[in-house]
Amino acid sequence: MKALSIQNLTKVYDNGFKALDGINLDVEQGDFFALLGPNGAGKSTTIGIITSLVTKTDGNVTVFGIDLATNPEQAKTYLGLVPQEFNFNGFEQVKHILITQAGYYGMPAHEAEPRADKLLKQLGLWEKRSTPSRALSGGMKRRLMIARALIHEPKLLILDEPTAGVDIELRRSMWHFLEQINAQGTTIILTTHYLEEAENLCRNIAIIDQGNIVENTNMKSLLNRLDKETFILDLKAPLTEELKLDNIDITQIGPTTLEVEIKKEDAINDLFITLTEQGITVTSMKNKANRLEELFLSLVEKTVDK
Amino acid sequence: MPTQRQRHWVAFSTLLTREIRRFIRIWPQTLLPPAITMTLYFVIFGNLIGSRIGQMSGFDYIDYIAPGIIMMAVINNAYANVASSFFSAKFQNHIEELLIAPIPNYLILAGYVAGGAARGLLVGLIVTMVSLFFTTLPVQHLLMTLSMVILSAIMFALGGFINAIYAKSFDEIAIIPTFILTPLTYLGGIFYSIDLLPEFWQQASLFNPILYMVNAFRYGFLGVSDIPVGFAFSIIMLCIAGLTAFALYLLNKGTGIRH
Repeated sequence: MKALSIQNLTKVYDNGFKALDGINLDVEQGDFFALLGPNGAGKSTTIGIITSLVTKTDGNVTVFGIDLATNPEQAKTYLGLVPQEFNFNGFEQVKHILITQAGYYGMPAHEAEPRADKLLKQLGLWEKRSTPSRALSGGMKRRLMIARALIHEPKLLILDEPTAGVDIELRRSMWHFLEQINAQGTTIILTTHYLEEAENLCRNIAIIDQGNIVENTNMKSLLNRLDKETFILDLKAPLTEELKLDNIDITQIGPTTLEVEIKKEDAINDLFITLTEQGITVTSMKNKANRLEELFLSLVEKTVDK
Repeated sequence: MPTQRQRHWVAFSTLLTREIRRFIRIWPQTLLPPAITMTLYFVIFGNLIGSRIGQMSGFDYIDYIAPGIIMMAVINNAYANVASSFFSAKFQNHIEELLIAPIPNYLILAGYVAGGAARGLLVGLIVTMVSLFFTTLPVQHLLMTLSMVILSAIMFALGGFINAIYAKSFDEIAIIPTFILTPLTYLGGIFYSIDLLPEFWQQASLFNPILYMVNAFRYGFLGVSDIPVGFAFSIIMLCIAGLTAFALYLLNKGTGIRH
């Protein structure tokens, strides 16, 4: 069953800007799906059309088989949205915001209240339940938007950069929470600028650029396309002479720091054997960049070149 | 599993409750000022000046103007409530909470209009209570009085909704009340009978919808009206139907709320 199916979706804004150029996209039920792209690529327009905040120019969107154009009321019951910008009434209390949102989905207050309490506790907002939302910190506002999106138990949750501006500790706790609700059966579509987030969480991925889908595959096969990896090595002592190795590109980027590029088919052992032979001690080693980031940049650069 | 009708009812009552909670939360801005302003109208126009004017259409001046002053408070507040609430929802983007939810557009309109009408009627009740310090309000036709005040509140709440849909700044929700609503209100026969006007201005006044509301409402209290109340009733129903159709058209088109 497809949680979301998009066919030939096109959006041309009033000023003539073509934000989407006939994109096609399928997201399977239960998936944790990443929709990535640079700023202005068309991610938010796509999400806007799915959630009825933007009117499409052409094409079709179905949510769990229900056509959004012909039966919007039923299709919308399946959807939950965590938008990019804070969009709640700053004067309303945290718990009221949740119960009001549940009411819009036809859930009476006596049913919504225990669910709101549970979500507030799960997301660490219980102590702030009677606080006007404008008085919350940025991280709390993000969590409130997640709670609000989940109050009616949507089958498809769309998160538009949910961790923007959130510190790493909170980001990781949000990842854990999202993994839990995905494991419980909620399909999730995530857009993010933190590619590490997409790589860690998502099983399938689409990359959109200039209104076109330039890649749509599963995360593993995308990452397998990387033919080389770059590592940063920290050395115990500065190098006394220039280091050269066959088949391995080495660049000294600091007195005790090396950047090493290794092809995927080459063994990394050779590097360490050679370094050991020359009396060089490596104290730590890490990936230079997130692997997905490298692929993302190469895919987006390709469309720019076109 | 709730039926669609039950879900719709919950959604409507949620929106209405939120609107009522909003204007009660900010009562010093919404409920207190009309009470003070209308008290001043009763003191100045009713007592101080009114006692020198004498009678109008066979009634003491303060008795004559009291229904119009109540109606003025009702329509101003019904209009202002929807205009400011819906525009604030657009401005703060929390209108998106409604747009993504499975609520038909007619229910969004009904919720906001009912909220505006609720404020208009509550303010009307407050002003009515204030007026009892200055005059006795005889009610000749209770049903006419109640139906007219409710219909007027609905009509101006619809007007406020349309204003808020088009508004792009807070200034734009003040323009219509300042330059159109206030002049129409003052020229709508609150303080005088149109029989006092020259023929041309009597005819011109008939294009002012507020004239019909004030006169029909006054008829409910005093049993006198410058125009046939049945005709006034029809005009108001026609205006409500027209404004509802236009507001729904704008909502369905997404004017001012969807990109």
